[in-house]
This record gives sequence, structure tokens and C-alpha cells, in this order.
Amino acid sequence: MTHTASDAARGAATRGWAAYFGTHMRDYGLLFALIAIMAFFQAVTDGTLLRPVNITNLFLQNSYIIIMALGMLIVIVGGNIDLSVGSVMGFVGALAAVMIVEWGLPVGVTILLCLGAGILIGAAQGYWVAYWKIPSFIVTLAGMLVFRGASLWLLEGQSVGPFPRSFQALSTGFVPDLFGVDRPNVTALAVGVVAVMAILWMGLRKRARNRAYGIEDEPAAFFALRNAIIAGACLFLIWKLSTFRGLPNVLITMGVLTIVYAFLTEKTVLGRRIYALGGNAKAAKLSGIATERLAFLTFVNMGFLAALAGLVFAARLNTATPKAGFGMELDVIAAVFIGGASMSGGVGKIVGAVVGAFIMGVMNNGMSIMGIGIDYQQMIKGLVLLAAVIFDVYNKQKQG
Amino acid sequence: MATLLEMRGITKTFPGVRALDDVTFSVREGEIHALVGENGAGKSTLMKVLSGVYPHGTYEGDIVYDGEVMAFGGIADSERRGIIIIHQELALVPLLSIAENIFLGNERATAGVISWQETNARAQELLRKVGLREAPQTQVDRIGVGKQQLVEIAKALSKDVRLLILDEPTAALSESDSQALLDLILELKAQGVTSIIISHKLNEVRRVADSITVLRDGATVATRDARTEPVTEDRIVRDMVGRSMENRYPARTRRAGDVLFEVRNWNVTHPDHAERQVVRDVSLHVRRGEVVGIAGLMGAGRTELAMSVFGRSYGRNITGTVAVGGRTVDTSSVARAIGAGLAYVTEDRKELGLVLEESVQKNVTLANLPKVATGGVLRQEDETRVAEDYRRAMNIRTPSVFQQVMNLSGGNQQKVVLSKWLFAGPEVLILDEPTRGIDVGAKFEIYNIINDLSKDGKGVLMISSEMPELLGMCDRIYVMNEGAFVGELTAAEASQERIMSLIVTD
Ligand SMILES: Nc1ncnc2c1ncn2[C@@H]1O[C@H](COP(=O)(O)OP(=O)(O)OP(=O)(O)O)[C@@H](O)[C@H]1O
Ligand SMILES: [Mg+2]
Repeated sequence: MTHTASDAARGAATRGWAAYFGTHMRDYGLLFALIAIMAFFQAVTDGTLLRPVNITNLFLQNSYIIIMALGMLIVIVGGNIDLSVGSVMGFVGALAAVMIVEWGLPVGVTILLCLGAGILIGAAQGYWVAYWKIPSFIVTLAGMLVFRGASLWLLEGQSVGPFPRSFQALSTGFVPDLFGVDRPNVTALAVGVVAVMAILWMGLRKRARNRAYGIEDEPAAFFALRNAIIAGACLFLIWKLSTFRGLPNVLITMGVLTIVYAFLTEKTVLGRRIYALGGNAKAAKLSGIATERLAFLTFVNMGFLAALAGLVFAARLNTATPKAGFGMELDVIAAVFIGGASMSGGVGKIVGAVVGAFIMGVMNNGMSIMGIGIDYQQMIKGLVLLAAVIFDVYNKQKQG
Repeated sequence: MATLLEMRGITKTFPGVRALDDVTFSVREGEIHALVGENGAGKSTLMKVLSGVYPHGTYEGDIVYDGEVMAFGGIADSERRGIIIIHQELALVPLLSIAENIFLGNERATAGVISWQETNARAQELLRKVGLREAPQTQVDRIGVGKQQLVEIAKALSKDVRLLILDEPTAALSESDSQALLDLILELKAQGVTSIIISHKLNEVRRVADSITVLRDGATVATRDARTEPVTEDRIVRDMVGRSMENRYPARTRRAGDVLFEVRNWNVTHPDHAERQVVRDVSLHVRRGEVVGIAGLMGAGRTELAMSVFGRSYGRNITGTVAVGGRTVDTSSVARAIGAGLAYVTEDRKELGLVLEESVQKNVTLANLPKVATGGVLRQEDETRVAEDYRRAMNIRTPSVFQQVMNLSGGNQQKVVLSKWLFAGPEVLILDEPTRGIDVGAKFEIYNIINDLSKDGKGVLMISSEMPELLGMCDRIYVMNEGAFVGELTAAEASQERIMSLIVTD
């Protein structure tokens, strides 16, 4: 048995790229899957997929899924699940409509009240899960039914709308070009370039750190290729956006939230403890971690994000309908699992969940452009979810 | 005697680790063959190769069994040839009955319909063979680990075992349960069953083994025949660690200071059965610099006592007071207990001690994350440095601190748990079976660490089922039986006989 770093390095060198690729298949697989799916739909839709309008649309259409996937990832990493998010989202949208359209409350007040309502809903469900140890599947299944009914009741079965412009801006607004050029939108380009540079810088820093500790390193060519693809894709999308109406407000919201939650889960004490909770709740508890409070907080956070998604969704449709959000929880949960999270908790990444959501989103969008019926769409999405998870399990077995 | 098994040139690698390097291992028909070596030497891995857990093609080398080269594709294949492995971690289904567990995967059924009469009758017969007096219908989680181990053997016997592999079967057993198990293995030998037994308890090895093979760093060091030459424990130790070990317990200057830790009138009842009192009116104290032991049989309530003190992690209706440094402290949650300066190293590392899917580093820092964080944000460089320090200090064998803990050998996992609690920087360290599954060399290192703590004026409370360990390490020993303390002995007074007689006369 040999364990020194130099031995490990020699081993890595002789095993070569193929072996490295084999053991890190999951990380690359997700990225390549997204690219392959985009390329496929770009081809079969005669280039419609990547038109500036459609890219903008893609972001708008998937924003609420992604926002909820962030919260869902954390809930699932913590070892639970939330089936109620679709209904909660619909309910909050309905609440906003009633407050603004029927009661005439100001937009700002409404937003705050709605987010507060989401937090309360999350807390109410989290309380039973965390402190009473009632399985989250059951509590949130109940929540799903309750809030479906509540939306219907609140809207009295009718659609309520439209919303004032200031509320719609939550979703369909765009960041104006601060440089006044507008086509292309220089602000968008600037933000894009800065973001790409930040991604590259962080990648290089991590690589240097791995080096310093002698961890098996990604071959340089892989590193360069992977980052070139990511940077290229980002710049391409930003360029397209800038030639249309610039950065959608909701893209900024999504981007900021993704960064915040990625930081929270990977770099903070709180995040680390959530992973420990999901990985082994008993051991976490005996390490002095307040496991109940932590589980409770994951649901509070989920409620908050579901409410935010509800506002974005209502703003985009410009009306609240009693059926809004039906079945949406399934898309959200699917995104998280496609992104590599484990059903048993303790495993999963924010970035994975976001990419998983985009994979679902691009497929939805692409198939709709192609005019594929909703029946086939559902079947295909189901199979993709299954394939992603099988791929995961297969990879694990091969390594074990 | 004929050779039953020969493993030739076995090499097995994991990413970054060469667990076995050209190992040769041969077993004669009808003998008991002991396999010993340090933690991480590759013992479990070798047995997993043999039993098909790592199937043919995932390793190099040949397995020749009964004169034929074998290519097992999985456990089912090796079982068909009569090779049965009982793993380091028991693999029974807790909510099923003894009989159901024995015939799991091998059900007594015709056309898929189980015959419960036959199942229970056959199970009864097997239980008699292994000397276990329990009804076959008893649920497995109702019986202790010692008995569960016997159920595993009954299960093996139900499959017409020819070569029985036992990976550290006595690690979690009490003295008397271990004796019973070893007797059973000797009896099976008389009936013609060949056994391979892995153990860190060298006295047991000496007692039952006909041959002894020593592995070191993934290679065979020696195979010794106990029937032709007398094999002393010292001989085995020298093969294992490459040097002689004069003393099993490092010397320590004993110097007890003020009372540091005190528990008064502690009472605990069972979490589910309020009428069952698990700890009865226990009072104890530990002075600064003192190492105090708690002796007792399995089920005496020692773990329950420790866990109920540590953040009320066990039991109900807990009454009594805890004081640290003369002041009464609140230990009603684990976080508060840690805050008061306590740490508890669990006896059940997989269930209660480790997050198996996480890295060594993340496990080591888990109980004291604020120490490697600023304003809630982790300083990852510092975290890695801390983990590296413990890796070196505790001699944890792993390719890097980023390795998942589940890929470490059992003994090295134990060292990770210990590191975690040392990093928490406690005043009082409660150790529950701290050397379970740990090799002789590493035990010595752990004893050294205990001595260092005591030299720094910390208090150590040690629960152990290995009496020699308590006698070798402790300044004072409390004896516990059926939930109550039945005696207290100083190091000078204590002996195995005194402790046993206190328990028996209770
Ligand atoms: N699945 C795995 N992945 C990576 N490394 C592994 C895996 N299984 C075992 N190892 C490594 O192989 C080596 C041998 O492990 P093994 O479990 O065989 O040791 P052991 O002799 O049984 O030790 P112990 O006495 O502590 O149980 C160890 O260094 C361990 O870290
Ligand atoms: Mg082992």
C-alpha cells in the first residue's frame, strides 16, 4: 500500500486522461449534456433556439424553476424533500394578485407581505418536519393539497389580473444600458465579461490550491478546454442578449441568488452543517449541531424562495390563475436530481441544480418550438431524469 | 493436510491507493487461519477479493480453491462453493426475525411460498448448533451484538459452509461473548469447517489459530505455523509493526489534581420504556490529570450513562447534576455540553461518529467549525492544515485528507473520530471503547495521546470492555453493573478478578 503524494501523482500520470475523465465523468457529463442538448435543438429548430428573443425567453421561462431549485437543493441535501413548492408558488401569486388588484395595496408592500407569507408557510411545514420528526414527504404532500385548495379559494376559481407595470418589471423588465448605446447593450456585455473573468479567476485559484495540497489534478488541457467552453458559451449568450433588449431583471436576480447560495453551501459553517445533517443526522447531532433548527431553516428558506418564484411567475404571466404552479414541484425536484443530488441527502451542488434546471428548460423550450405535443414532452422528460440518475449510479458502481 | 485455498500474486488498487501488492496467502483444509496486520494493511480487502465482493477482473492474481482456479463474479458465486464471509460490520436486517435473517436470500419455500414451519424449525436447529438460546421468531434488534454475531454464523451454517471468513468478529463483543464465539469456531473446526479469522486481539489469535499470516502495507510478511513452532504474541507484533514492543501501555507520571468533572446522583430511564431505569443513582468524579475507567459487562449501562450526560443524547427523565471545575454546568444539549468542555467519542463510529460520504477533513473539523471560520465563513486553507496535522499526529492512513471516510479501513476511521474530538479541545474527554478495531501499534499511539491529555491537566473517562486496557491505563476504575456503580478500585487494588467478583456478587 503506497500513499505518498508523489506516488499518487505518478499514478495519475500513468493512468492518464482517460482515467481522469472516467472518475470525473459526472462533472463533465452534466456540462456536456447541456451543450449537446442545446446543439441538438439548435439544429432541429433551424436556429430558433439560440435567437436572441428565444434566449431571453428561456431565461424568463425557467427563472422560477431555478429559483426554487436553489431552495430544493438545500432541502434535499438536508435529507428532506418539499412537494408543496408548486402549490405554494401558485398560492403566493394568487395572494399578490388579490392584494394588488382587489385590495389596491402598493406593489412594494405586496412584495414584502408575499415573501413574509412564504416564510411563514415554510416555517409551518418545517416545524412539523424538524421538531416532530414527521416525514417531510407527508407534511409537504399535505401542504401541496392545502395550498392548491387555498389558491382556488383565494381566487374564487377566476383568473385575476392584470398587474401594474412596476410589478411586471420583476420578471419582464430589463436593465437599461447605462452607457446609452442600447444595441448592443454595453452594460450587458460588461457584466458578461466581468462574470467570465471571475469564473476563470476562481477556477485558476482552485487549481493552484489543489496543486499546493497535492490533490490529483485535472490535466491542463482539460482545464483549458472546459473553461474555454464555459467562457465561450457565456460570452455567446450575453452577446445575443445584448443585441435584443439587454439583461432581463430576473436574470440578475437568478445570478445573484445562485452566487449567494453557492457560497453559502460551499464556504460557510451553515452550509457545511447542512451537508453533515443530510449525510448522517445522528453524527451531526452528537457533534453539537442543532439539527432540528437547521432542518427547520431549510424549509423556511424554501418557503421564501417559493414565494419569490410565485411573484416572478405571476409577473411574467401578468395574471394569477387558480392552476398556476400545478405539478411544478416535479420539474424542480427533477432538476435537482438531474444535477446530481442524492435522494438520501448529504450530496449535491447548487451549480448542478442550476444546470439541471437549464437542461429541463432547454428541453421544454426546444420541444415546444418543434411543436411536440405535451404528451411526448412529459415522456421524454421522464426518461431523461431516469437516464441521468442511472448514469450517476452506474458511475458510482464502476468506481466502488 | 491438503491445501484448500491458495491466493497467488493478488494485487488490488483503488484510486491513489495500492491496497494489496502481490499478496500470497494459502490455507489448509480444516485449520483455523488467523490473518493479522495493522489498520489499513489490507486484510479486509484481501477477504473481499476472496469472497467475490470485488469480482474477478477488478484485481490481478489467481485464486485457487479446491484445486481449481476461481473467477467469482459476485458473492453468490463464492457462496455456491461454500465460501461464506461475515463482514466487519454486521449485515443483519434489524426489523426481521432471527429465522427470517438466517434464511434471507435462501428462503425455505416451494414455488415462492415460504413455509414458516420449516423456516423456524430449521432455524431452531441451527441456533442450537451455535449455542444461542433465543426463539427463532425474536426480532434481531432485540438481541445484543454478541448474539447477533452468533446469528450470522448460524446463517453461514445454513448455507453448507466449507470456508468461513470472519472479519473482526469479536471487536464489539464482551470477554465472555468472545470466548463463546471462539469455542464455537473451534467446534466447527472439529466438524471439518475451515476458518479464516481476522482480529486485532492477539491473545485470541494465539488461542485458536493453527496458522497465522501477517500482512503489512498490502504485502505478506510471514505465515507461521503454530503447530510446529510456538508463536508468541511478541513474535506476531514484531511481524506486524516491524519492531518489538516491550510495553503495551506507555508509562505516565500519575499526578491527580483538583476535581475537574463531577456527576452527582445521575438517573436515566429507557427512552421507550419509562419503567426501565437504565442508570441508577450514579455519582462519579474525575480529577485533573486523572484517567478513570468504567468497567462492566455489555449492557451494564456505561454507554447510556455517558450519552445521557453528553447533551442528553440518550434516555428520558434524566435527573442529577454535572459540574466542571467545581461549577454546575448545563449539559442539556450537545452544543452546551461541548461548551462546558466535554467531548464524547462514541463506540459506534459508523452510525454516530462519522459522516461517511464526507472527506476526512470535513469530519475532523465538524465538531468545532467556528475555530476554522471567520464570521461564519470557512477558512479552507486552515481547515486543510488542521486535518493534515491530525493525519500526521494520529498516523491516519489515507492518500489525502480529501478522501471520503468510507474508503478508509475500520481502524483508520476510528482515528478520524478521535481526531475530531481532540480538535474540539475538551477539558474532559469521555472515551467509549476508544481502541475498538485498532491494531496494537495504533493502540499504543492512542494511549500516548491519552497520557498527553492527562499531562496537560485534562480529565479522561474511559469506558472499555477490554479489562487489560483499563488495568493498564487507569488511575481509578469504577465498576458498573445493571445501571449502578457497584464498586471503585484504585490502580493498585484493581485486578481482573476483583472487578469480576464485584460484578458477580452484586
Ligand atoms: N473502496 C475503497 N476505496 C479506496 N481505498 C480503499 C477502499 N477500500 C479500502 N481502501 C484502502 O485500502 C487499504 C486497506 O484497507 P482494508 O480495509 O483492507 O484494511 P484492513 O487491514 O482491513 O484494516 P483494519 O484493521 O483497520 O480493518 C486502506 O488504506 C484503505 O484506505
Ligand atoms: Mg478491516
